[in-house]
Amino acid sequence: MTANGVVIAIPRGNLFAGTLDLIDGLGIRTDGIRANERKLVFEEEGVLTVRPSDVPTYVEQGAADLGITGKDVLLEQRDREIYELLDLAYGHCRMIVAARADADPLGEPLRRRGVVRVATKYPRVAAEHFAATGRQAEIVEVKGSVELAPVTGLADAIVDLTATGRTLEENGLVERELIAECTARLIANPVAHKLKAMEIDGVVARLRELK
Amino acid sequence: MIHPVPPGTRDVLPDEMRELRALSLRLHAVFERAGYGEVWTPAIEYEDVLRRGDESPPEAGLRLFDDRGQVLVMRSDATIPIARLVADHYGGVPAPLRLCYFAHAYRSVERGSGRAREFLQGGVELIGVPGAKGDAEVIALAIDALGEAGLRRHRVGLGDGMLYRTLLDATEVPEAQRRPLLEALWRRDLVALEARIDALGLARPARELLVTLPTLRGGPDVLARINASVGAALDNLREVYELLAERGAADRLIFDLGLLRELGYYTGTIFEVYDPAVAFALGGGGRYDGLLGRFGEPRPACGAGLDVQRVHLAQLEEERTAGEGAA
Repeated sequence: MTANGVVIAIPRGNLFAGTLDLIDGLGIRTDGIRANERKLVFEEEGVLTVRPSDVPTYVEQGAADLGITGKDVLLEQRDREIYELLDLAYGHCRMIVAARADADPLGEPLRRRGVVRVATKYPRVAAEHFAATGRQAEIVEVKGSVELAPVTGLADAIVDLTATGRTLEENGLVERELIAECTARLIANPVAHKLKAMEIDGVVARLRELK
Repeated sequence: MIHPVPPGTRDVLPDEMRELRALSLRLHAVFERAGYGEVWTPAIEYEDVLRRGDESPPEAGLRLFDDRGQVLVMRSDATIPIARLVADHYGGVPAPLRLCYFAHAYRSVERGSGRAREFLQGGVELIGVPGAKGDAEVIALAIDALGEAGLRRHRVGLGDGMLYRTLLDATEVPEAQRRPLLEALWRRDLVALEARIDALGLARPARELLVTLPTLRGGPDVLARINASVGAALDNLREVYELLAERGAADRLIFDLGLLRELGYYTGTIFEVYDPAVAFALGGGGRYDGLLGRFGEPRPACGAGLDVQRVHLAQLEEERTAGEGAA
């Protein structure tokens, strides 16, 4: 049996280190996980390490009972059937609209073309934000280096996640609008939430103390 | 050459079909034995007729026009069509009515979500038996049917569809502020729920109750953890529990005070059926005392529906783990 009677999917990437520090407090041995970059499943510890955007999938399908991932991922995958149990208060980032510092990229294209081109890894968040604010947007989905899009003329603006704003600055972009503040969240499979109620409540109580 | 089928639908070939058919027959035998006669309703109905049952059926996504320009919908569940059937064929008949069905239901799904657009439901509707007695009969039947299907570890999560609304009344949350809370609960977003409750600036006991209630699940002791302000709903749940305990089903039950079901017509007890082998609910149901009245035939009613293909998955998983246990 695993340390807490549950399997947890944790995100590799920016949240990885903070997450490992946190689950140390659950009595999960993380030295093996820290030492091995290629291994993905740690059965004895009850831990799966997956891409942040795959965490909701593993949890929804029941491959893990619990998961930790960023609110940005949850906003983009809003119709997943999962519980969002706890704001873990680390990995703080901002989901923003950014555009070039040297122009009025949102006003001009909107006025003359009627539509603004937005590059993003978060097509759904971007589309909903522009729709909710009454502007027509053409969403261009890219998989990485979103900051490149306005610089090269691929798009007028981007919707992306930023922690320090440094990457934006280095590419001549400035934040124009805040869409949401994002932190790491604890999520649960709905059936595990019922059938492993005691184990999950135990983890939630511990994490509330630790965060 | 590949001839595609719409996303969320699929073909079933003989090996699987044989098992699905056998499963349906076993479930059907349990329902018939308990006095539930099978009915058949059309897969397509007039939209304005079905809308009488539920003004905004959340997933009734497949619509078409007939040759007169009338809007038809593919049924998204069996209960509303059966409410219509009862009003059309059993108007004024006071005796309890026990009906069962096996039918495909349809809903819209997002491409790539992996969800079924067409799914086979088997279930029962009990009309004219009010309160905990009716609830317990239907839940016991669902439990028995799954046992007959070879499941051993299935559980029923038991809640009340009006409980949170009752609590919002009791804690005097202003009408305008309720919707955001219910929406957060609906999306299972307990983080947003807590933040929105905190923004209301309620007295501490009320705040605690609203935050804690959706997380209360477990044995009968969870009922003791909230105070009397939502009394009637809790008394009813307790009675359902007692009645099921008399039938020896107590250890199958999990109280789940935060449970919500997506269909809008439930008025009391609601439940969902789980098996640890499968990560999603196998089915569920509840009490819908207001629904038949909307078709001009006010009678209390409740029902249960099982997703036959999901039950089949649980069956396979039970078989596999039983095999491991023996080895």
